[in-house]
Amino acid sequence: MPGEASLLENPDQVNEANLIGRIRDGENELFYELIRPYERRVYAAAFAILRNEADADDVAQEAVLKALKHIRQFRGEAKFSTWLIQITVNEARMRRRKDHSNLIEPIVDRQEEDGSYTPRDFADWREIPSESLERKEVRQMLAEALAQLGQIYREVFVLRDMQHLSIEDTANALGISTASVKTRLLRARLMLRDLLAPGLGGAWSGRASFAKGSKPW
Amino acid sequence: MVVSCEEVWAEISNYLDGEIEPSFRAAMEEHLRGCNHCSAVLDGTRNVIQLYGDERMLEVPLGFSHRLQRRLGENTQGTRRTFFGWMVAAAAAVLVVGGFEVGKSAGINSEMRSEHAQTANGIPPELNVIVSETGKVFHVAGCTFIHDKNRLRTIPASEAMRKGYVPCVRCLGQYLS
Repeated sequence: MPGEASLLENPDQVNEANLIGRIRDGENELFYELIRPYERRVYAAAFAILRNEADADDVAQEAVLKALKHIRQFRGEAKFSTWLIQITVNEARMRRRKDHSNLIEPIVDRQEEDGSYTPRDFADWREIPSESLERKEVRQMLAEALAQLGQIYREVFVLRDMQHLSIEDTANALGISTASVKTRLLRARLMLRDLLAPGLGGAWSGRASFAKGSKPW
Repeated sequence: MVVSCEEVWAEISNYLDGEIEPSFRAAMEEHLRGCNHCSAVLDGTRNVIQLYGDERMLEVPLGFSHRLQRRLGENTQGTRRTFFGWMVAAAAAVLVVGGFEVGKSAGINSEMRSEHAQTANGIPPELNVIVSETGKVFHVAGCTFIHDKNRLRTIPASEAMRKGYVPCVRCLGQYLS
C-alpha cells in the first residue's frame, strides 16, 4: 500500500537528510551509515553492467568512495539513493568501456529496440516456484539467463525488477527516458520468460533431481 | 475494443506494472480469457518478475561490506579520528566478539533454515525482529525485503536465531560477516 510505505519511509528520509548534513559538515565517518541501506543496490547495479563479481565489487567500492568525495555536490533534487546509483552506473560504464575487448556481447538482443518482440515459446508456466530459489543451481540458472540479455536490457531489469526502483528512478539513474525504461523492461521480461519457460528450460527436465516431473518445481 | 495478440504482448509489461488505461486493461483481460498463448505469456512474465524480485537473487560477495567499510575507513581517517574514537572502535570490536560468544553459548546458528546463511555477529538477542511462518529470514520492522506480509510475527532475535531463521542481508547486513 503506497500510504503505508510512505509512512515507513519518512523517518528514514529525515534521518538521511540529517546524516548528509552532518557529513557535509565534516563527519565523514558517518558515511557508511548513510550508504548502508543501499550497498547491495550499488553492488547489483555494478554487476548488472560488468557481469563479473570481482569487477563489480571493486567498482561498487570505487563508486561509494566517489560519492563520499563529491557529497557536497549532492543538491537533494534527486533521491540520495538514485544519485548514488547514477554514480555507480557511470563508474561501471567507464570500467566496461576500458575493458571492452574482454567482453563477449550477448546474443539475445538481436532485435531492434523499437521493433516489436514476438514471444517464441507459449509453454504453460503457471506455477509460482519461489521455494525453488533455495537451490543454488536454480539461482545460478536465473543468473545465467540474465547474463544473456544485452546490457541495455539488463541494466533496466536489474534496477527495476530486482532492486524495485520506480520507473522514474530507474530512468534517472540510467539517464534515459521513462518511455525507454518501459520499452526495455518489456523486452527484458519477455526475453527472460522465453529463456526460462517452461519451468527453467528443457535442459532441466532430464536432470535426475527433477525426474519426477517436467519442471524443477 | 478488440485487441490482437501483438497488442497484448506490447502492453504485457505495463499491464503488470499497472501502467495502462482502464479501458485497455479491460480489453486485454477480455482477450486473455480466450487466448491460451497470451495468458501463458502473462503468467510466465509474472513468474519472471516474482523470481528475480526475490531478495535471494541479489547476493553480494562474501565480505563485501567489510571491505567497503575498511576502504571508507581508510578514506575518512585523519578527519575526525581521535584517541577517543579509537577507544570506541575497540570497545565495539569487543562487543561484537562478545555477542558472538553469547550467540554460540545459546546454541544460535545450530540449524540454519537457509543454505546461504551467513554467520551473524553480535545481533542484540533482545532486538525485536520480524519473521514469517513460511520464510527463512528475519528482518527489522520496515525492511523492504519482508515478504508474505500476512503471516508475520515479532519475536526477539535470540528466538529467531534459535529457530533457524537467518538475518536479512538488507536490514541486518551490518551484523553479517
